[in-house]
Amino acid sequence: MSETLLTIRDLCVDYITDQGPIRAVDGVSLDIRKGEIVGIAGESGSGKSTMAQALMRILPPPAVISRGEALFEGRDLFSIDESNLRALRWGRISMVFQSAMDALNPVISVGEQITDTLLAHGTASPQEARKRAVELLVMVGIPRDRIDSFAHQLSGGMRQRVCIALALALEPSLVILDEPTTALDVIMEREILEEIRHLQRRIGFSVLFITHDLARMLQFSDRVAVFYAARIVEVGPSAALRSAPKHPYTQGLLRSFPSVRGGAGELSSIPGSPPSLRTPPAGCRFHPRCSLAVDICRERSPEPALYGRDHSASCHLAE
Amino acid sequence: MSGSTVKRESGLSAWLVAIRHDRKAAAGAVMLFFFILVALAGPLFVGDPKALVGVPLQPPSAQHWLGTTGQGQDVLAQLVAGSRTSLAIGFGVGMVVVMIGALVGVTAGYFGGRVDGLLSLLFNVFLVIPGLPLAIVIAAYLPTGPLTLGLVLVVTGWAWNARVLRAQTLAQRKRDFVAAAVVSGESSFRIVACEILPTMTSLLVAQVIGSTVYAIGAQVGLEFLGLGDVSAITWGTNLYWAQNDSALLTGAWWTFAPTGISLALVGFGLILLNSGFDEITNPRLQMEHAWRAHLKRMGHEPTRSTPVVIER
Repeated sequence: MSETLLTIRDLCVDYITDQGPIRAVDGVSLDIRKGEIVGIAGESGSGKSTMAQALMRILPPPAVISRGEALFEGRDLFSIDESNLRALRWGRISMVFQSAMDALNPVISVGEQITDTLLAHGTASPQEARKRAVELLVMVGIPRDRIDSFAHQLSGGMRQRVCIALALALEPSLVILDEPTTALDVIMEREILEEIRHLQRRIGFSVLFITHDLARMLQFSDRVAVFYAARIVEVGPSAALRSAPKHPYTQGLLRSFPSVRGGAGELSSIPGSPPSLRTPPAGCRFHPRCSLAVDICRERSPEPALYGRDHSASCHLAE
Repeated sequence: MSGSTVKRESGLSAWLVAIRHDRKAAAGAVMLFFFILVALAGPLFVGDPKALVGVPLQPPSAQHWLGTTGQGQDVLAQLVAGSRTSLAIGFGVGMVVVMIGALVGVTAGYFGGRVDGLLSLLFNVFLVIPGLPLAIVIAAYLPTGPLTLGLVLVVTGWAWNARVLRAQTLAQRKRDFVAAAVVSGESSFRIVACEILPTMTSLLVAQVIGSTVYAIGAQVGLEFLGLGDVSAITWGTNLYWAQNDSALLTGAWWTFAPTGISLALVGFGLILLNSGFDEITNPRLQMEHAWRAHLKRMGHEPTRSTPVVIER
């Protein structure tokens, strides 16, 4: 197995409110290896984006990282000082945001935004930076003559490509994709994801891919972690998760969308809605919606258990 | 952590609670409340401010706590009596100026086109007219008196508010919630009053406070220059008479210092209150409040990056 790039252990993130803290990420542990695409799936508010932003330490107030550690390339992300953190952001870990329109500055041309990034991290002279910006744009499939275009002159897909070029500009070892295709149509979504995978295979960076679309994720990622109510309920290789999901929540998610090639299986949805993180249910957090729940589920929180290589799930009933 | 129902105060009581929690706002509110109380009830407790009660230019004594003026009137009585007119004109002008500004500015911003062109022309003209000289000219031609001064201040003061609110309206106007209101058939008046204006609450409050500070200052300034009714008792005329009686030459500091200090404190109180209101109307700042308190409890400084506060 290849080397580990990022190790997250027992990460807890709280949002401090007047009514006390709300734990948005609760004891999450996850490894990301070099050159691997790890997907994070989960409903809105399950803590996936919060976790990703906590890793870059860019969560705005009232967020606080209240437990755990994150080792990235041998450095503890939670103890390094502000200036090292600044160099690390974008230089080693970069991010593609959900809305490309909002992520790009409307009054600065896309080329200039890329050269700015390069110059700010001291990699090049202005001429070199511009040359590199052209290379980057071409690499993500944008014609070189669009370098002086502004965000509003590009289509949605092209804007997201620019964001990807920006994220790759400093050759980071980890790229966080925070629902990068939510604002795009399915055709464009596929193109963009294929582009990312292609670049990833070529350059060899690792990807943390966040989405609520489990089907898309299983196609795209090497491994997938499923979030439910601030915790990871199941993590494992995509193939294992698709063929043999262990946690009832993962099973429910997989049953809730149709497969193209499979038979005419019954579609079903998971009853109920996710719990409030202010007052999470005792025991297994999924038990109020789980059709299999027994007494122990209501009383004791399940520990993750291994079910095959790299495949673990937190459920009392999984076998 | 409380139960699933979170108690939230609404309206005025929420504001009062928030003012109590914010140290700056509380200090400002106390100062302001004190002066308003003095203006309302004070005149009942002091003597006739115009009466000649003693030897002119006496320093503060047990009999006359703040001394006497060059005419032999009681300074304390004049200060208290003057606060009533000065504060009334100040707050009145502050409100009216913002109301006119909101009416003109929001109308221009919302309707756009020719309406906007015309109204923009109007307030741009008022903007380029230098305010204080115009105030002097108008005050010189109209019959003197506090109300005239108020009118002058309104005429010269509304245009800035209109301009700021027009820009704000233009920004809000393009947002989807306004489009949704149009589609759902709300009248233009309702959209402006119930959809757009509430998004500017903090701005409007800040403008009322800023305009009040301006009105009090400008009013006192004009009266000090002798452009008000010098026989009325206001803070401005107090200063006018102090200057007239050569207070600085004779070293009679007690004839102008109390008024000057009161004026400064009222302005200071208003500004403090403003920063408090900013926090109340901005939920983001309010959230940060709890966050900062938590960090402090755990012995950390707020940082730009997400703080790591490990519980031991």
